[in-house]
Amino acid sequence: MSGPAIDARALTRRFGTFTAVDGISFQVERGEVFGFLGANGAGKTTAMRMLIGLLAPSSGSATVAGYDVATQAEQVRRRIGYMSQRFSLYEDLTVRENITLFGGIYGLSNRDIAERTGQILSRIGLQRAARELVREIPLGWKQQLAFCVALLHRPAVVFLDEPTGGVDPITRRRFWELIYEAGAEGTSVLVTTHYLDEAEYCNRISIMMDGAIAAMGTPSDVRRGLGAATLDEVFLRLTRPGAAV
Amino acid sequence: MSQGLAVEARGLQRRFGDTMALDDVSFDVAPGELFGVIGPDGAGKTTLFRILVTLLLPDAGSARVLERDVVRDLWELRRRIGYMPGRFSLYPDLSVAENLGFYAALFDTTVAAARETIAPIWRQLEPFAGRRAGALSGGMKQKLALCCALVHRPEILLLDEPTTGVDAVSRREFWDLLGRLRAKGLPIVVSTPYMDEADLCDRVTLMQRGKLLVTDRPAEIGRRYPRPLLAVRGGSILGLLGILRRFPHAAAVWPFGAALHYTDARAGAAPEGVAAELRAYVASAGLGEVSVEPIAAGIEDAFMWHMAEEAA
Repeated sequence: MSGPAIDARALTRRFGTFTAVDGISFQVERGEVFGFLGANGAGKTTAMRMLIGLLAPSSGSATVAGYDVATQAEQVRRRIGYMSQRFSLYEDLTVRENITLFGGIYGLSNRDIAERTGQILSRIGLQRAARELVREIPLGWKQQLAFCVALLHRPAVVFLDEPTGGVDPITRRRFWELIYEAGAEGTSVLVTTHYLDEAEYCNRISIMMDGAIAAMGTPSDVRRGLGAATLDEVFLRLTRPGAAV
Repeated sequence: MSQGLAVEARGLQRRFGDTMALDDVSFDVAPGELFGVIGPDGAGKTTLFRILVTLLLPDAGSARVLERDVVRDLWELRRRIGYMPGRFSLYPDLSVAENLGFYAALFDTTVAAARETIAPIWRQLEPFAGRRAGALSGGMKQKLALCCALVHRPEILLLDEPTTGVDAVSRREFWDLLGRLRAKGLPIVVSTPYMDEADLCDRVTLMQRGKLLVTDRPAEIGRRYPRPLLAVRGGSILGLLGILRRFPHAAAVWPFGAALHYTDARAGAAPEGVAAELRAYVASAGLGEVSVEPIAAGIEDAFMWHMAEEAA
């Protein structure tokens, strides 16, 4: 793959008279961790659904891993991983069975599945829990497992929709170390979060407001651009221009 | 209103199968206090709230709310407490105004009678009075739920994770509303997984795996951090993280936004001296210029410290 991992050009989606995503343009480079921020209802989820080939754009275009999301959605879906707050793991299968099942769905060989299962279990320290039902393991482990499963087929881009909701601060940070590693290995990551300290861990961020991108750049550039000390302050200024800081 | 304790929990215990959801939980909430229960999913917050609002029986221990026993005096208590469960529990097909009217009717009162109590919240909801509750944004849903929990003019509010999944700005607005209610003397017990919300409470307890790790004023919890704590900035976070964790005196190193927080293992060491050592160490590892400065610990630092201690 050459060129950016994600390339959105004036990407737009309307629902009736309502414009949920209003001509957004941005690129995500290979290996980049890109924070996709915005208030509830700003259009993040709609934009993400277009990028993963689940929703057709009304106008504009986007390529993911070099394929057009509108006309080559199947090619796109083969090259991406996706993890949402509601994990797609099967609660009544064991940890190992889940990995095997998703490996099979992704069309991996038995040998690849066995090898990657071992890698995943040792990476997140789950060897001893391999035969436990997913229902029985703590939330933090489920999140890490869901992330590794989303990476099982070595996708070019992985989409994470609020991956760290509800976990303790140590588990949250361990999860971000996994994200960093994926980036360092060349996987591009697009991640949404409500924790603004996590936004600081991204290479670049964008902040969506009313369907458009209101600010974009490295976290320090975005802060400097608005003369704000923290991203919290940036967020407040952009989304509630009238509010006192 | 009585000046006795708003909440008095003693040795509360509750088990679900093999899981100890609450393990010897004791704390007080003073009259008029805004008290925060801070902890991740699975800490036991909801179990605690369900016991305090008389919806669940403890296996052992006791709790009094508004000086009434949560087991014996449940009928009397239920009329006096306002409870907002963690899951959105209003009727999505009823409008904002209809939901509010319905809850008022359940308590044999009217919205008009509660006008003064709910005024600051109703002002923000009124433009959406005719909208179906299911069509509200996340932040607005929570404001409506708060309004419904207040409509019978309770003497205490118990709010279970009212801001989970709500964006940063809506969270702030919700806490502004809680601040106004508190200013009128209403005691409030609120749980949250967001550590930054702890600073908005009078006192907090940090909860993990059914246990209370520490209970105090937020500033005091930071002040009681038992080791030198320093912020390290500059260079690549991931590179610095690996290097600092190998420093012989490192007790813990974690990313905190744009910085790393480094805890030294030597309890009595002078922070300035540790800072100088760290600068020299990072330079000798070839990572170039970094800034290192002693800092005061926040709630999240303290939470992680107590978590690690509990696990050890």
